[in-house]
Amino acid sequence: MIFTISLYLALGICVAGILFRTQRWVTLRIGPETDTLTVGARITAATGQTIRALVSRRVFKLIGIFITDVLLQLNILHQSFWRWIMHICLFYGMILLILMHALDDPLTRTFFPDYESTLNPFLWLRDLFGLMVLAGAGIAMIRRVAGHRLRQMTRAMDTFTLFFIGMVIVSGMMLEAVQIVSEPIFNEMVDEYLDEDDEEILAPLRAYWASQYGVVFENPVDTDDPAVLAEGYETHDEYCISCHSRPVSAFMSYPVARFIRPVARRFNRIRMDTWLWYIHFLSAFAALAWLPFGKFFHLIATPVNLLICGSRTTDTVSPAQLANRRALGLDACTHCGICSLHCKVAPIQLLIDNITILPSEKLAGFARHVRHRHGSEAEAALLAEGSFICTDCGRCTEVCPSGIDLKDIWQASKQDLRRQGFTEAHHWIMKKPAHEWAHLASERSVASGPSFKKTFPAIHLTDRPETFRGCIQCTICTTVCPVVEAADDPARELDLTPQQIMNLLRLQMADDALGARMVWNCVTCYMCQEHCPQGVRVADVLYELRNIAYRRFYPDTVHHLDSQSISHRPKEEAPEAAP
Amino acid sequence: MKYVYFPGCKIPAWLPAYDRATRGIFKALGIDLVDSEFNCCGYPVRHQHLEASLLSSARVLALADQIGAPLMTPCQCCYGNLRHAQYWLGENRVLRRRVNAILRKENLRWKPGIRVRHLLQVLKEDLGLAAVATAVVHPQKDIRVAAHYGCHALRPANIVGFDDPQAPTIFEDLIAVTGATAVDWPLRLNCCGAPLWEKNRVISTRLMQKKIEDADQAGADMICTACTYCQHQFDQVRLETLPHAPPIPAVLYPQLLGLALGIAPAGLGMNENRIQWTPTEGGTP
Ligand code: SF4
Ligand code: SF4
Ligand code: SF4
Ligand code: SF4
Repeated sequence: MIFTISLYLALGICVAGILFRTQRWVTLRIGPETDTLTVGARITAATGQTIRALVSRRVFKLIGIFITDVLLQLNILHQSFWRWIMHICLFYGMILLILMHALDDPLTRTFFPDYESTLNPFLWLRDLFGLMVLAGAGIAMIRRVAGHRLRQMTRAMDTFTLFFIGMVIVSGMMLEAVQIVSEPIFNEMVDEYLDEDDEEILAPLRAYWASQYGVVFENPVDTDDPAVLAEGYETHDEYCISCHSRPVSAFMSYPVARFIRPVARRFNRIRMDTWLWYIHFLSAFAALAWLPFGKFFHLIATPVNLLICGSRTTDTVSPAQLANRRALGLDACTHCGICSLHCKVAPIQLLIDNITILPSEKLAGFARHVRHRHGSEAEAALLAEGSFICTDCGRCTEVCPSGIDLKDIWQASKQDLRRQGFTEAHHWIMKKPAHEWAHLASERSVASGPSFKKTFPAIHLTDRPETFRGCIQCTICTTVCPVVEAADDPARELDLTPQQIMNLLRLQMADDALGARMVWNCVTCYMCQEHCPQGVRVADVLYELRNIAYRRFYPDTVHHLDSQSISHRPKEEAPEAAP
Repeated sequence: MKYVYFPGCKIPAWLPAYDRATRGIFKALGIDLVDSEFNCCGYPVRHQHLEASLLSSARVLALADQIGAPLMTPCQCCYGNLRHAQYWLGENRVLRRRVNAILRKENLRWKPGIRVRHLLQVLKEDLGLAAVATAVVHPQKDIRVAAHYGCHALRPANIVGFDDPQAPTIFEDLIAVTGATAVDWPLRLNCCGAPLWEKNRVISTRLMQKKIEDADQAGADMICTACTYCQHQFDQVRLETLPHAPPIPAVLYPQLLGLALGIAPAGLGMNENRIQWTPTEGGTP
């Protein structure tokens, strides 16, 4: 009863969840190109694409991808052997357990009419598959604990998923062990198949089962008399053997059964097997219900993504297809972390303490962001910081074993963040005049950006008098500056000239320069520094001023700047570059 | 001769023609390039966090050192940043200690003396103009070329050590070797505007426009670049933002030299340049 109710409940949740998640593939909007697309157009594009792929020659290509990437998972093998072993164990262990064991009645029995869960090869296969899953989970755990980078990326979701898998498998193994030693189950079977109360027959059978099958009886059974055992075997041969292989074949649970012998009688009395049975099937059903909502969902999304992106041909992708692909990509991530291990800006994350610099974390953060599930705008500002550090090098796309077109997603996500007001510093700094930044800076004398480690920079020029001591205010730096030259009215367009900035710094008024547009519009050509007759490091100093502004203001202040320009509705104009 | 090849972040994904042309000429000149997996040189993040930027460069340098050959990059911004890292790591003990403490976790170490070369330096100084000249089979006669130096390789000279910052000649010399003529143009050492592209498009475009007009007035047939960002600016960005500027195409130096070495235009990615160069009678292709 509980079994049936919970099964259908779990199935219901699972199906509803899958529908909920898959509808996002055609409804989530990522990137400006997707703003005007209707859901109808996107569904049409998706179905059209599927039908075209299935009726054309491309279907062979799809089959090929299915074999290499979904079944053999060569894309993972390509990355790392141990990772592949881990995933193959988890994947096939789970799939085969589901097919052979969980679906034994509708499936296994259809193909193998003689199927009995207690009969070989099914008995030992079940333990073999269980072992595979445990081994896979074990390797995954070790990798995540031992690898510094992976450990840093491991989230509650990853741990929870492994825990869930472990729970189902371990409870199953325990259950099998407890069933092996169970006297009550022995008695039930006898009642059902022998229907016999003659002690003359039952006692030898008990002796035989105690000695050969590991059942532990409440009243001690003498297993030493060969004659009695032989007698027991006769009954066994007649009634039991056709359905029961010896439990030693269950090479995982049998040792457990041996191990629990000392407490087996107590277990039998409290019907431990029933308890474990509940735990086992309830945890399995909970996993089923949870499938669409957690990491397990990649079981569905990743193969779909591999097939869609892998079948990428030279045909141009329509905006609707692109929109679907991006939304699907967010779900297809298994959070394996491979992209982050290869990310070209990963070393930067060692000094800028913002985990969303790493692509796997950025993708997860962005997925939360587009689902409007961000805790705060400060979190979104951090995501923007991480996103804009990415150099669009495309390396992550090359290595992602799930075939996600990350490069495309990054471009779209950056545009979305920008038009929601989460911009690069060069843009948000323009939202306030220099004197307001100076005021803000005077209130916060130390680094305040949450992503900055609080160590003092090793290189610091602006706070050293010797940096400017030589400056004779000759204005050569200003004269050679192409940005000053390009401005129609430098005082209005740039606030300060390079020479004026050097003067302010000489007077220890660095705060007044932090928001000056000259600082942020410097094209870093180093003309000034090269030409300065006094060897003042003008351009390096401007770099440092920008560094200081980041340390003090970014990103926690960004979202306070102009609350109206910041919202989660990606409907506004992109902020244009300042004049 | 052997170099560790550092293409940076942008070339593989955004300017594959530069990669193809570079490999093409190096093969023709008998110089080996060793490929390896690198991180970003850190140039883009320098605005934000100098130390993170220098750490990135230091890691690249330490990896190159492990391979055991000088490093060669075709990108002038990468070159500049790598040289800045060498300079600051050599100057600043605190920085060196911090950086090496981080690198040590990967069994890497930055040490002074790792050679960083830009593509142009390899050709002119390491290989030598004479050696390049003997390999030229198809001189690009009658082409007038405006050599665009690129800021980050040239300045500040005390850090980057590329050439004389006021009167450099390396690029003109290398153009002469191909048989083409280097024109004299007043703004040759100025910035192309690329570093401000994502930040302030108005100023960025203005700087670029000035240079294009200047090259045009000097009678150049093409602007020749030796940097990922400059080429992107003068080619793709220029096409999108300044459709009415003088139609001078931008050509990567290894593309020009490649033609002189007799490599087919397709092998140099010439067809990927957005503004196609249609040579006058004297030149190929
Ligand atoms: S594209 Fe961005 S996230 Fe991906 S590897 Fe390159 S820098 Fe890292
Ligand atoms: S984006 Fe790809 S490589 Fe990165 S964690 Fe997700 S599945 Fe792995
Ligand atoms: S920094 Fe140098 S060039 Fe600029 S005003 Fe001072 S001395 Fe002159
Ligand atoms: S580095 Fe900046 S301040 Fe100096 S000349 Fe160039 S644009 Fe002007």
